[in-house]
Amino acid sequence: MKKIASLLMVFGVSFLGFSQEVNTGEIHGDFDLNLQSYQEDELIGATAADEVILNNAYLNLNYIKGNFATGLRYESYLNALADYDPEFKGNGIPYRYATYSIDGLEVTVGNYYEQLGSGLIFRSYEEKGLGIDNAMDGVRLKYRPLKGIYLKSFIGKSRTHFAYSDGIFRGADGEININELLSSVSKIKTILGGSFISRYQERSNLIFKIPQNVSAYAGRLNLMYDGWNYYGEYAYKINDPANVLSASKMNYASGNAFTQNITFSKRGFGVSAEIHRTDNMTFKSDRDKDGKAYLINYIPTLSKPHAYSLLALYPCATQADGEFGMQFDVFYKMKKGTLLGGKYGTKLALNYSRINGLNGGNSFLNDNSEHTPMLISIKNEELYFQDINLEINKKITKKIKANFVIANQTYNKDFLEGHVPGDYGVLNSTILITDVSYKIKKGHSLRIELQMLNSKQLEDYSAHGGAYENGLEEPAEGDWSMGLLEYTISPHWFFTVQDMYNYGNEISEKQLHYLNLTAGFIKGANRFEIGYGKKREGIFCVGGVCKLVPSSNGFNLSISSSF
Amino acid sequence: MNKKTLFSFLAIALFTTFSFAQNRALPNKDVKTLDGSNFNITNLENNGNPIVISFWATWCKPCKKELNNIAEVYEDWQDETGVELVAISIDDTRSMMRVAPYVNASDWDYEVYLDANSELKRAMGVQTVPHTFLLNGKNEIVWQHKGYVDGDEDELLEQIQKIAK
Repeated sequence: MKKIASLLMVFGVSFLGFSQEVNTGEIHGDFDLNLQSYQEDELIGATAADEVILNNAYLNLNYIKGNFATGLRYESYLNALADYDPEFKGNGIPYRYATYSIDGLEVTVGNYYEQLGSGLIFRSYEEKGLGIDNAMDGVRLKYRPLKGIYLKSFIGKSRTHFAYSDGIFRGADGEININELLSSVSKIKTILGGSFISRYQERSNLIFKIPQNVSAYAGRLNLMYDGWNYYGEYAYKINDPANVLSASKMNYASGNAFTQNITFSKRGFGVSAEIHRTDNMTFKSDRDKDGKAYLINYIPTLSKPHAYSLLALYPCATQADGEFGMQFDVFYKMKKGTLLGGKYGTKLALNYSRINGLNGGNSFLNDNSEHTPMLISIKNEELYFQDINLEINKKITKKIKANFVIANQTYNKDFLEGHVPGDYGVLNSTILITDVSYKIKKGHSLRIELQMLNSKQLEDYSAHGGAYENGLEEPAEGDWSMGLLEYTISPHWFFTVQDMYNYGNEISEKQLHYLNLTAGFIKGANRFEIGYGKKREGIFCVGGVCKLVPSSNGFNLSISSSF
Repeated sequence: MNKKTLFSFLAIALFTTFSFAQNRALPNKDVKTLDGSNFNITNLENNGNPIVISFWATWCKPCKKELNNIAEVYEDWQDETGVELVAISIDDTRSMMRVAPYVNASDWDYEVYLDANSELKRAMGVQTVPHTFLLNGKNEIVWQHKGYVDGDEDELLEQIQKIAK
C-alpha cells in the first residue's frame, strides 16, 4: 500500500515538473485539527486521559489538472479523541487516489467512496464526526455509453481504521434516465436503476457450509410528474452466517429491505411520506466482526435529524436487523400579509415518525426455527421510537427572528441502548424550544435559546418488580433544561455560553450543570474555535449511525482551513 | 523512499504549484438535479455574471438561516449584480427526499443540487456546512467563507459587487 502511495506521489510530482510551462494544474485541500484536554470530573463521570491531551488531525490534498486528479489524506491520531475508536492510532496516509476521465469513461484507482442506489446494499462514505470511514481501495470505472445511461463497476476492499478488512467487494450499477435517453420532454420523468454487490471472504468453518461469495442486489424506480416525486427501492441479500458457532450468528436467513417515498411540493407547500422495512439486512465487510467500522451498507433511520440539543438527547438508531418505520413531513409557508403570516410570513414544519419492531422479530432461519415476519405490521409490535414535532419559524420585526419547536418523543431506552428489558423502560419526553435572534446593529447579533425537556418513564414494565416504585430497575435522567446565549460579530467573531441542566434527576447528586463556553474566529476559509466545558455522556448520531460519547471535561481547540 | 523524503517532495510540489497558481477552477464532479438528472458542476453558467455556491443541508440550522436571509434580499442582489445562487445540499439518503419539499415550501429561487455522498463536498475541501464560495464570470473561485452568522450576507454582497460587471 505504501509503495503505491509513493509511486502515486512521484508520479504527481513529475507530472508537475513537466507540465509547468503549459498549465501547472492546481493543488487544493483542507486541514482539520481537533484537540481536547481531559480532566477528571467525578460528578459527571469524566475520566482524565493519561496523555492529558488527545488530538485528531487531517490534511487532504487534491491535485487537479484538466480531467486528471490525484490526491491523498494524511491522518494523525495522537492519540485519538476519547469518543473515537482507539483503533485509530498513530499517523498514516490511509487515503490516496488517482482518477481521470475521458470520453464518458472515468477511471479511479486507489481509494474511492461509492454509493449504490440509496445505499441499502452498499455505501462507502466518511463521517469524521462519528469516526466512520469505510473508503474502498481498488479500482472503479464509471462509463456513460449513451446519453441517459450510467454504468459503474468497482472492485476493492473496505477500510476499517488503519487497515482493510478481509472481504473483497465486487459491485456494479446501471441507471437509465428514460427522458435523457429518448431526449423526451415528457412531463413524466422516469429513472430506472439496478445494482449488484458481492463480497468474497474465505470460509473457515469446517462444519457448516457458509457461502464464500455473499451477494446482494437491489432495484429502484424514480418517477416524477409535476410537483410529484416517487422513489422506491427493494434490496435482497443472500444468507450470510458468521464462522462463529453461536446460535445468534449462525443465521442462515436471507435479508431484504425496501424503502418507499413520495413527495409533493409547490411554491409555499411541500409534503413527504416515507416508509421503510428492513429484515436481517446488516451487511458487513467481515462476516465475523462486529461494530460500525465494518458496516458496508447504509440504512438510515426514518426520523428527522434534529439540531437542537434536547431534541437530539434521545436519538433513534436504525435496527438493520429488523424494523419497520414510517415518516411524514409537511412544510408550509404562510404568506406575507395574511392573518397568520403576519408582515413577513411564517414557516411551519410538521414531522411525524414512528419505528417499530417486525412481527415476531426478524427472519431467523436455522436448523431448529423458521420464521418470516409479516410484511407490514405496526400496531402490536414493540415500539422503538416515535417523534412528533412542529417547528414554527417567524420573522417578528425587522430585527427579531424566532423559531419555536414543540415535540413529543417516545424512546425505547432499553431496546435502543441494549439494556435488559425493564431496566429503564420506555421514555416519553415533551420538549419545548424557543430560539430568538436579535440584530443589535449592523454585524452584531444576539441569539438566545431556551429549551426544556420533560421526561417520564412509561410504566410498561411494572410486572418486572424492579427496585423503583414504577417497577423499573433504574431511574432515567428525568427532566432537563438548556439555555444558550450567543453573540456574533459578522463576519469574524462568535461567543457562546451554554448550560444544560439535569434538574429533574431523581438522584439529587446527579442534578448537574453542563456548562460550555466557546469563542471562535472565522476569516474566509479559516476557522478557529476554543472552548471549555463539560460534555454529557450520550449518543451522538449522524444519519442513522450513532456513537456513544463518554462524558468529558476540559478544553478544546479546533482549527479548520480550506485552500 | 521513506516518508520524510516523500513529504519534502510533496512540499516542494505544493510550493511550485502555488507560485504558479491561477484562480481556482471548479472540480470535474457530477451532482444530481432535483429531478434526478446528473449535472456536471463545471457546466454552471450565468452569462458571465458572478455565481454563489452555498453548501447546506436540511438539518443544518445556520445553513437554512443563511439561505433564508439571502432569499429576502435575493431579488435586489440579482437586479444589482446579476448574481445567481446555487445551493448544494449534502443531505444523504436519510433526508435527501425532503430537500425538494423544503426548498419549494421555503419559496427559494435558487438552483438546488444534491451531493448525497459528498463527492463534490470533498473535492471542494468543504469540511462543515455552511460553506460559501463566490465564483467570478469565468467560474473561478475568488472568495470563500466558512460558517454563517447573521450579517455575513453583507460581506458576501460586498464581494459580489467587487466582481460584478
